[in-house]
Amino acid sequence: MVAIPTHLLHSAGTLDNDEVRRIRNDFPILHQQVNGRDLVYLDSGATSQNPLSVIEAEQEFYEQRNSAVHRGAHYLAVEATESFEDARETVAAFIGARSDELVWTSNATEGLNLLSYSFLNASLPGAPAESARFALGEGDEIVVTEMEHHANLIPWQQLAMRTGATLRYIPVDDSGALVMEEAARILGPRTRVLAFTHASNVLGTINPVTELVALAREHGALVVLDACQSAPHMPVDVKALDVDFAVFSGHKMLAPTGVGAVYGKAGHLNAMPPFLTGGSMITTVTMEKAAFLPAPQRFEAGTQRISQAIALASAANYLKETGIARIHEWETVLGQRLVSGLSALPGIRVLGPAAGQERIGLAAFDVDGVHAHDVGQYLDDRGIAVRVGHHCAQPLHRRLGLTATTRASTYLYNTTDDVDALLEAVSGVRSYFRV
Amino acid sequence: MSLDALYQQIILDHSKLRHGEGLASDEPPAGASCGESHQLNPTCGDEITVRLAVVDGRISQFRWDGDGCSISMASASVLTELAEGTDTEELRQLIEVFREMLRSRGKIAADPEVLGDAAAFEGVARYVARVKCAMLSWVAAEDALAQATTA
Repeated sequence: MVAIPTHLLHSAGTLDNDEVRRIRNDFPILHQQVNGRDLVYLDSGATSQNPLSVIEAEQEFYEQRNSAVHRGAHYLAVEATESFEDARETVAAFIGARSDELVWTSNATEGLNLLSYSFLNASLPGAPAESARFALGEGDEIVVTEMEHHANLIPWQQLAMRTGATLRYIPVDDSGALVMEEAARILGPRTRVLAFTHASNVLGTINPVTELVALAREHGALVVLDACQSAPHMPVDVKALDVDFAVFSGHKMLAPTGVGAVYGKAGHLNAMPPFLTGGSMITTVTMEKAAFLPAPQRFEAGTQRISQAIALASAANYLKETGIARIHEWETVLGQRLVSGLSALPGIRVLGPAAGQERIGLAAFDVDGVHAHDVGQYLDDRGIAVRVGHHCAQPLHRRLGLTATTRASTYLYNTTDDVDALLEAVSGVRSYFRV
Repeated sequence: MSLDALYQQIILDHSKLRHGEGLASDEPPAGASCGESHQLNPTCGDEITVRLAVVDGRISQFRWDGDGCSISMASASVLTELAEGTDTEELRQLIEVFREMLRSRGKIAADPEVLGDAAAFEGVARYVARVKCAMLSWVAAEDALAQATTA
C-alpha cells in the first residue's frame, strides 16, 4: 500500500523551494513555533521527522493487522506476517538487496554489534566450520577509519580486545578526507575486516567506496559499510558497491525509532553464527542443542519490531516516490549553501571539505571563542534546532583539535530559507557572547 | 524565558574573566590539606579539574583548569570567589543549596544572600540540559573537599 506523497501530485523535475514547501505539508511536526519563532529543523543527521503517511502506516497496522508474525494460523497473524515480509522486500529493494539479505535490527548500532558479536562467536572454540572465514585471532587485523561514529568503532575495539586481533585505522587529513596512500599501506594480508562510513556524520565527506572495496578485495578482507548518513540521502546500491555488509537506521530516513537493518550477502549471513538466540530463529530444538533457520530469521530472535518495519517500508516508499537522486541533488545545494555561507562569516571554521568540494547536506562548525553548547542554546532561542557536542565522534574531534562543534544537517524538507535563517543567526553568536 | 535570563551579565563576565583558573599558576600553601577532583560531562565533553587547599578548617586556595561552555566555566569562576576563605562546613552547605536550586526546575528561587553571584545561575534551572554544566565544578569541589577533610 503506497501512499503517494501529496507534493508529487503537483510537480516533477528538479527539487526546488516550491516543491520542498509542499513536501513540508506532509510533515506535521515542522509546523510549529519554538520560542516564538517558526521551527527551523536542522538536526536530521541525528534523527529525521516522519511524514504523515509513515505515521499512518504504523497506526493502520495497530488498528487493522496487529499480531505476532511467523506463528499462528489465524487471519491477523497471516496479515501481519505478509505486511512484515512485504516491508522487508521494500526496504531491501530500496538499497538494491534481496529480501533474504536484509535483517531487521533495532538500529544501526545494534546492526554493527550483530556483526561484531557474530564474528566473535565464530572465533570461539567449537564454532561451526562454515563460519571460519569470520573467525579472528592474534595476528589478524580489523581496519576502521579515524572519522567513524562510535557505533562503528567501539564494537570493533571490543572484538579486537576479545579475540586478540589488532585494530588499525586509516587517518583523516586536514580537509576531512581519508588519506588513501595510508589506506593502501595499512590494508594488507593480515586485514580481515574493513569497516568504514559511507558518509561522515561530522565532516560530510563521502568516502571513496569503490577504491576502499578494491583494496579490501585485494587482501580478501570483509567490507562493512556504515550507510547511516548515505542510505537516507543518496542512491545506495549495495550490489553495485559490492560491500559484504551494510547497516542503516530507520529513524534517520523518515521512519520511527526502534528499527534499522543489516544487509549481508546471503552466502555470508547463512554461514555466520547467530548473535541473539531464542524463539523464532530455530528449526529443531532439543534440551541439549538447537539448529538455526537460514537468514534473515537466523538473526531475528524473539518478537520483532513489526509496526516499525512496516513504517520504515512506508518511509522508503516516500523517498523512492520523491526520488532519492533528486533528494541528493537538493541536499547538495543546501550543503554547499551552508558551507559557503558559514565559511564567509568571521570566526567560523567549517569542518570537512571546503565549499565547492563534494559533501552531503550537513556542516559541522566551530565558533571561535564560543562553546558549541552556547551556540546551540543561542540558536534554539531563535527556533533553530541543531546538534552540539562531539556527535559520537570523539577521536575525529581530537584529531581536528576540538572537543565539541555545532552541526546543521538538512533533509528533503529543508528550504534554502532554513539555511539562511541559520546563517543569519550564527552571524550574531559571537557578539552576543562578547567575543 | 528569554536567553538573557539564562546568560546573565554576571555569567558572561565570569566566563571571560575566570577567577581561579590555572592549577599550575600557584602552589598550594605549605601545610595545607589538599583535595583534587576531575569531572567530565560525557554528553558534551566538558571537563574540569578542581584543587582546593584547606588550612585551619577554611578553604585557603581554590584553583581549577577546565574546558567547557560559558555556563560551566563561569560557574567555576563564581565558585572560586565564594569558596576561598569559607569554612569547609559552610562550603558543603553552599554546594547543597546550589544543587537544590538547580534541580528545582525553577521552583526554588535563588537567594542572593546565601548564594551571592551564584544566584545568577537561577535561569539555568529552567534548562534541564544545562544543569550539569553549572554543577560540574561544584561536584568536583564537593569531591575535592571530601578528600581534603578526610585525609
